[in-house]
Amino acid sequence: MSAAPVDLPRWADVAMVPLVSVAAALLVAGLVVVGIGENPLEATALLLRGALGSAEGIGFTLYYATNFIFTGLAVAVAFHAGLFNIGGEGQATVAGIAMAIACLALPALPGFLAAPFAILAAAAGGAVYAFIPGWLQARRGSHVVITTIMLNFVAATLIVYLLREIIGKPGSMQPETPDFPAQAVLTPMHQWLTPFGIDLPSTPLNTAFLLALMALVAVWLLIWRTRLGYAIRTVGANPRAAAYAGISPAAVTMIAMAISGALAGGLAVNEALGVQHRLVLDFTAGYGFVGIAVALMGRGHPAGVGLAALLFGVLYQGGAELSFDKPAITRDMVVVIGGVLVLFAGALDGLFRRLVARVLRVGGGAA
Amino acid sequence: MDLLQTIAVVLDSMIRLSIPLICAAMAGLWSERAGVVDIGLEGKMLIAAFASAVAAFVTGSAWAGLGAGILASLALALVYGFAAITWRGNQIVSGVAVNMLAAGLTVILGNAWYGQGGRTPSLEGAARFGELTLPFAGWARANVPGLGLFYDEVVSGHAAPAYLAFLCVLVTALVLKCTRFGLRIRAVGENPAAVDTAGISVASLRYGAVAICGVLCGIGGTYLAVAQSAGFLPHMTAGRGFIALAAVIFANWRPWPALGACLLFGLLDAIAIRLQGVTLPGIGLVPVEAIQALPYLMTIVLLAGFIGKATPPKASGLPYVKER
Repeated sequence: MSAAPVDLPRWADVAMVPLVSVAAALLVAGLVVVGIGENPLEATALLLRGALGSAEGIGFTLYYATNFIFTGLAVAVAFHAGLFNIGGEGQATVAGIAMAIACLALPALPGFLAAPFAILAAAAGGAVYAFIPGWLQARRGSHVVITTIMLNFVAATLIVYLLREIIGKPGSMQPETPDFPAQAVLTPMHQWLTPFGIDLPSTPLNTAFLLALMALVAVWLLIWRTRLGYAIRTVGANPRAAAYAGISPAAVTMIAMAISGALAGGLAVNEALGVQHRLVLDFTAGYGFVGIAVALMGRGHPAGVGLAALLFGVLYQGGAELSFDKPAITRDMVVVIGGVLVLFAGALDGLFRRLVARVLRVGGGAA
Repeated sequence: MDLLQTIAVVLDSMIRLSIPLICAAMAGLWSERAGVVDIGLEGKMLIAAFASAVAAFVTGSAWAGLGAGILASLALALVYGFAAITWRGNQIVSGVAVNMLAAGLTVILGNAWYGQGGRTPSLEGAARFGELTLPFAGWARANVPGLGLFYDEVVSGHAAPAYLAFLCVLVTALVLKCTRFGLRIRAVGENPAAVDTAGISVASLRYGAVAICGVLCGIGGTYLAVAQSAGFLPHMTAGRGFIALAAVIFANWRPWPALGACLLFGLLDAIAIRLQGVTLPGIGLVPVEAIQALPYLMTIVLLAGFIGKATPPKASGLPYVKER
């Protein structure tokens, strides 16, 4: 990303740089905690206990991680094609709208069809809304970063209008749709596991988590094991070389954006179809932006994205528990940590690589 | 209320709503003309709004608020410069980081200090920028038909940073066009290698532009919290940094057209507020959201080259690497 890259051994590139960035980001967060007069070690202990100390905590953690897996993968797929998709929020919003219309307007489908149909509608909505900036970049030369930012705001105004005028719940002052038909919504995980004799506390964790895990595997297969994935990586590395090799960068740009948007639609599936069972305003709640941090930290690899999503799940759930005990430390701390991570793992990548390289050289010299 | 009065009131509200956009657009203009794409205008305005509200509350002086707002925004701009210029990080990624940092920090600190969910206490008296009445405003309204009303209603009666914002447009336009520094800034955005060859430091010029950008965002954010509102609200910039970015693109990276675009977007906002809940014959209830989405849609259409053509500075978005 930055010029004059520092050569690092592969293990250091994959593991050390993200780990050092995470450590540095947590250090900054710790300083903020000190700055508002709380004890960072105590806060960390509370956070970890809240996120991982009970079956309920773990359920919530994985539920949040589901959102981050989807938005992180969305950013990562676009990254591989050399595109920066900041439009995850807008794409998830439109995915939610498409899903709500599919759930509410169409005649009730039988149970085994309703949920897949709703999920497909969400993926299609997100894909179409990401295809637009992809098409604009490929065919009209407008930069995907700016158009996705603008489209985020268009989607935000669109959902306000639709929830108030068209698909809103009749007679309700809340900006929300009526409840989705019961056969369309996803099964909570604790109900899934009851027949197997596993008794879990009730959490929002639902089938969408399994979808997210499948998406991780599918993206890995797509990027590293298919012809399309090869084309995506080639265009990302060098569009001119790709064109010379007979790959159309324009087509790959549009396809990669559409896939990215479809993945962002997973956020709507988990939130609306899995938990709320209706579409509410602002259900995207910034998950799309944190997805950028997740993708950068995960180095664009599904395994890394999974781990980074888990970390943010822990921070989110632990942060919620922490703010019960320490009202001064709100969950916005996660946004700060996300911001610092984007700065360290993304923008200051060059600095951190050099630091790691220096440490390794010193270590190697001593040995 | 007669038509003239209504128009005057809408124009007055247009000016008020445009001020933060104008400051942020000039800020973005400086940065982008120097070849540094800045999607972090939003974050810098937000942190300035927060810092200015806190400082104005603590000191009781709106001007101290302005100073604090500018300093906070400048600090964030320098962090951005450190990542994007010194370490040649991806400018978009750095901008995203700036926005996230500001969004999180302001709410956390506000909540920790004042415990009102991130709001700061409301400002009163000298802690807020009052409305300045320009000379002869009352006299003109009484004695000059038509124009006098507009002078009193639209031109007069704004807070001090509002007039400062218009001054910033003038200074930006003049400095960029007529001074050696301005020429160098423009050159470093088009062809940094040529600037480097001439023995001028690309990095310090870009740092200069990014710092000016920080100061201007500081004025815009302060206006929001200390003049337009009476205190800080979480996420109070609400996308204005991005509308300003849209205005810069819309104006093809030129100061006076950028002012025009900001006023146009401010006017749309003023009309949207005015038409909230109004039923027009033939249209029915006005879909205010459609008007609010217009700036974004217009920018997309413009970028796509359907109306006119957007030509950004040639080197914008590219970190400069000296040849080895």
